[in-house]
Amino acid sequence: MAYLAQYNYWVVVVLMMIGLYVVVSHGNLVKKLMGLSIFQTSVFILYISMGKVDGGTAPILEEGISVYSNPLPHVLILTAIVVGVATMALGLALVVRIKEAYGSIEEGDIQEKDKQSC
Amino acid sequence: MLNVGSHCAIGGLNIDFLINIVLLGFLVCTALAIVFTKNLLASAMLTGIYSLLTAGFFVVMDAVDVAFTEASVGAGIATILMLSTLKLTGFDEDPARHNVKAGLLAVCGVGVLLLYGIVDMPVFGSPTAPVHMHVAPHYIYQSMAEIGMPNIVTSVLASYRGYDTFGETVVVFTAGIGVLALLGASNHVPQSRVAPMSQHIILRVVSKVLIPPIFLFALYVQFHGDYGPGGGFQAGVIFAAAIILYSMIFGLDTARSVISQPLIRLLSAFGVMLYGCVGIVSLLNGHNFLDYSALAHDPLHGQHYGILLVELGVGITVASVMILIFFNFASRVDMVQEEQ
Repeated sequence: MAYLAQYNYWVVVVLMMIGLYVVVSHGNLVKKLMGLSIFQTSVFILYISMGKVDGGTAPILEEGISVYSNPLPHVLILTAIVVGVATMALGLALVVRIKEAYGSIEEGDIQEKDKQSC
Repeated sequence: MLNVGSHCAIGGLNIDFLINIVLLGFLVCTALAIVFTKNLLASAMLTGIYSLLTAGFFVVMDAVDVAFTEASVGAGIATILMLSTLKLTGFDEDPARHNVKAGLLAVCGVGVLLLYGIVDMPVFGSPTAPVHMHVAPHYIYQSMAEIGMPNIVTSVLASYRGYDTFGETVVVFTAGIGVLALLGASNHVPQSRVAPMSQHIILRVVSKVLIPPIFLFALYVQFHGDYGPGGGFQAGVIFAAAIILYSMIFGLDTARSVISQPLIRLLSAFGVMLYGCVGIVSLLNGHNFLDYSALAHDPLHGQHYGILLVELGVGITVASVMILIFFNFASRVDMVQEEQ
């Protein structure tokens, strides 16, 4: 089991890099936001994995239970998820306005239009 | 500590860890599928599955409150917002990629560096990791005496770290204002049309049966958050989900006539105000900002009142901001369809 001890963190890195790759190499703005949300989730997984304690339970106090997982990362990530969807909505709203202004949401087309108008 | 499930071991691995391995494996596969799918509609649906898998993973990690939030936010509202955006921007992605080589190189470089950094991380699940040494023991062992609530996550969220949560509520509110500023249909008078989904009798009947229990569940999650998983953030999103379901099935115009837009805007600000006012009242009573002990003669009662009010404020803001965001996206879709 020792060789799998860091498994969760490897997955975090893999997901983070998948997200980063989408943001870098895909031109479609909605796809970029999807990549960003994969990236974001990888950070959530990192925090929650760090909060886990072997043999612990959910941090809700009950008689007869003495080992609980760490509640602090849970609090941070819980609020981050809701803030994440609110900011993603803002990003999507920007994408909608870009589509209306440029007629496209592909990065290449947008840059071309910008050059023409200069 | 007797957790029956975690003691079934298979070849040295306990069952929780095996589930963890499988779920994270699925997660990576889904992420790759999102990347390689050309059709954006399919990608958006896959992000829903991705969120649901994440929620399952959070349950295995004992983060029940987080799982709750992720399931309602990621699998519900985020997917709907993506789909309404795609309706406006088109479902096909340009297959051309740029900076593929440079991108892959950068990604691999950063990945290797991060993996190198991970080598120093404490062993997964170790109870002596630095993260469990600082304030966490205080929260776990003292919160019952100081706050008096079984759910430690709620105690930390609303009381110990009430400042953070206040800030985050303000961020949610600000994002709502931003969407309103970008997409707000100022003088758009919707034509009365038949909602496309209302023709499906099964959807109509099932949603009619489902919507009241969803509202009830949202209220339960809101007010039972002190004792079990739940709280204002989750309840707000679930409440908004019920209204979004209603407007998807019965049409935006019907939903608009039920839920007044100015009221929703007012409520999104009211939640933040309520949160802030609780802080100011505790200031006026001679304590620190957001120190709820000042709200009643007995400090524990004060904490209970404070957390109840603060969570209510969070719930109201989150629910109304989510509804506001959805209505703005949906009315944009309607507007574009009318123009065509």
